[in-house]
Amino acid sequence: MFMFLKELANLGAPSGFEDSVRNFLKEHAVADEIYTDSIGNLICHKKGAGKKVMVAAHMDEVGLLITGITDSGYLKFNALGGIETAVLCSKKVYIGEKKIPGIISAKAVHLQTSDEMSTPLKFKNMYIDIGASNRSEAEKKVSLGDAAVFDGEYTPFGNNLVKSKALDDRVGCAILLELMKETYDSDMYFVFTVQEEIGTRGAKVASYNIKPDIALVIEGTTCSDVYGSMEHNQVTRLGDGAVLTAMDRAAISNREYFNFIVEIAKENNIKLQIKKTIMGGTDAGAIVTSGTGVKTAVLAAPCRYIHSPVSVMNLSDYESLKELSKLVCKNIERSGL
Amino acid sequence: MTAAQYLKMLDEKLGVSGNEKDIQELIKKLFSQFCDTVEIDGIGNVIGRRKGTNNTAPSIMIEAHMDELGLMVSRITDKGSLNFITIGGFDPKVLPGTEVTVHGKEKLFGVIGAKPPHLVNDRSKASKIGELCVDIGYSKEETEKLVSVGDMITINTNYTELSNKIVAARCIDDRGGLAAILRTLEILKDEKIENEIICVATVQEELGLRGARVAASHIMPGCAIAIDVCHGESDDVRDDAFPCGNGPVVTVGPNLHTKFTKMMLNQAKKNSIDIQLEACSGDTGTDAWEIQTAACGVPTALISIPVRYMHSNYEVASTDDIEATAKIIAFTIKELKDGECLCF
Repeated sequence: MFMFLKELANLGAPSGFEDSVRNFLKEHAVADEIYTDSIGNLICHKKGAGKKVMVAAHMDEVGLLITGITDSGYLKFNALGGIETAVLCSKKVYIGEKKIPGIISAKAVHLQTSDEMSTPLKFKNMYIDIGASNRSEAEKKVSLGDAAVFDGEYTPFGNNLVKSKALDDRVGCAILLELMKETYDSDMYFVFTVQEEIGTRGAKVASYNIKPDIALVIEGTTCSDVYGSMEHNQVTRLGDGAVLTAMDRAAISNREYFNFIVEIAKENNIKLQIKKTIMGGTDAGAIVTSGTGVKTAVLAAPCRYIHSPVSVMNLSDYESLKELSKLVCKNIERSGL
Repeated sequence: MTAAQYLKMLDEKLGVSGNEKDIQELIKKLFSQFCDTVEIDGIGNVIGRRKGTNNTAPSIMIEAHMDELGLMVSRITDKGSLNFITIGGFDPKVLPGTEVTVHGKEKLFGVIGAKPPHLVNDRSKASKIGELCVDIGYSKEETEKLVSVGDMITINTNYTELSNKIVAARCIDDRGGLAAILRTLEILKDEKIENEIICVATVQEELGLRGARVAASHIMPGCAIAIDVCHGESDDVRDDAFPCGNGPVVTVGPNLHTKFTKMMLNQAKKNSIDIQLEACSGDTGTDAWEIQTAACGVPTALISIPVRYMHSNYEVASTDDIEATAKIIAFTIKELKDGECLCF
């Protein structure tokens, strides 16, 4: 039932290196035309007589980019996307196409000064150890500009939860694959975008080319219903259903569209929560301002510890998100948008 | 078996200080292949004895600790997640984003999450242990049925070959030492040795060398070699550290017996085994410190395997250094004979 999600989440595809996910999606997509554009977005067109609707999910995940190799054979790196540096140290990564294993490392605790002990690690304090004894040995395995992804398999646990390094946004990719199997009155473009995590770059190009009337972005979104966070800080909550964004840093939802989605959820008894803060941004920011402007909404699944190797989602939220997205797409012609 | 194969096998077993049962069973089995008798003493040390051919020759104890760092549940939060304390000297900075196993009524998968950035009050301060928790994906009520305060939490890692000889594993400290003992026994398997060899895997080193104190006191060996790890050199660690792959580190100083150590160094030289030397003016922070003054005193030597990122999720070392450690100890044992080198 969650096969697509599991397989997609286990693939490694940081921003700019989306090939493995794109290939998987190409293989499983069901549409009248399937093509890629100049930046690498995968566009699956299901023809229909109605409005032009773009449903988007991004293929890329957060990762690391190798930016240097030291004389002693260690790799320096920077973030591809908004990674929380606190989660990096002492984690295993795989680097480049050859999937070279490496450990993100820093000075052992015994050797740190008391200042170092109490200060969060920055990129400059860490390096990746690939077991090379010098620069030339390291250069045989890794090149500058290679990307690294976190180790870690898709793992079900607890009460209907899953853990993965890349729920954001393989959740969206998996749902789009399922939505494609349905029939619609609208002219549907299912778009898998690149480079969302480094500034919604793929979505900008895709929406310019497609010129949709209406867009729906399917995402994984931040969730902080954890120990130590006050009620009002809990952006979303695991298990409370799909998340509808009223506004974030990049976009504000069209009000009619927003109300239409709330109504659909109510009519069909689908659990829906409204995102409680205006943090973050998604492909919607790029789409909403493209061409002459596009009515856009964001639906998401809440993910704890997002942008870390261990993001966590409730599968019931995934189900709510899938059902609601499907019904929104099927009923969009009667929305009056 | 190679040193790497032993290390992998030992790393796959768990043994948080005070809860060494899992690793203890494996070591008992492995020691039995080479020893005449294997026993477990009152505190949990595994002691294997291989008889010598001359019962007036001094016995030699070769020792490494089998315990490792871990975490322990200290509280179930209102969200069902788990606060924890550390067993041994963990660096809290390596824990966010880590996968763990909670050893409750059953083995439970969990993650140590990081708070989202907008909820962190002071971003200039690293998280402290008390601010972290393990998320096992259950509500408070569900968690209470599965987990109790005091349950053990271990870090999930996979033994990883980084290159030909360099490996990353959860606790090379001190499974690397145990791998060296097993290789020593294997090398000496068909050799006639005058001295009784007593191989000891100790408990609770990380909590203050407790197992070694007990073991040395009741065994009262003629001499002892402790095997532990020392800091490996890396880009930002040059002082008090040794490159991995350049050979094990032999320590000299008042904690160690001068003549015995010299004999060991000579054996390394004679057999062209690379070693590195470390001078230590007092407490070596290893089991050697307790063994030296146990009972009526034990002439003790210390040999260490350089390990990078000690006490983190992934420690990194060279398996060549483990093999070289075993070789030096084997040559030393062969040379020990009547123990002339133990006299002053």
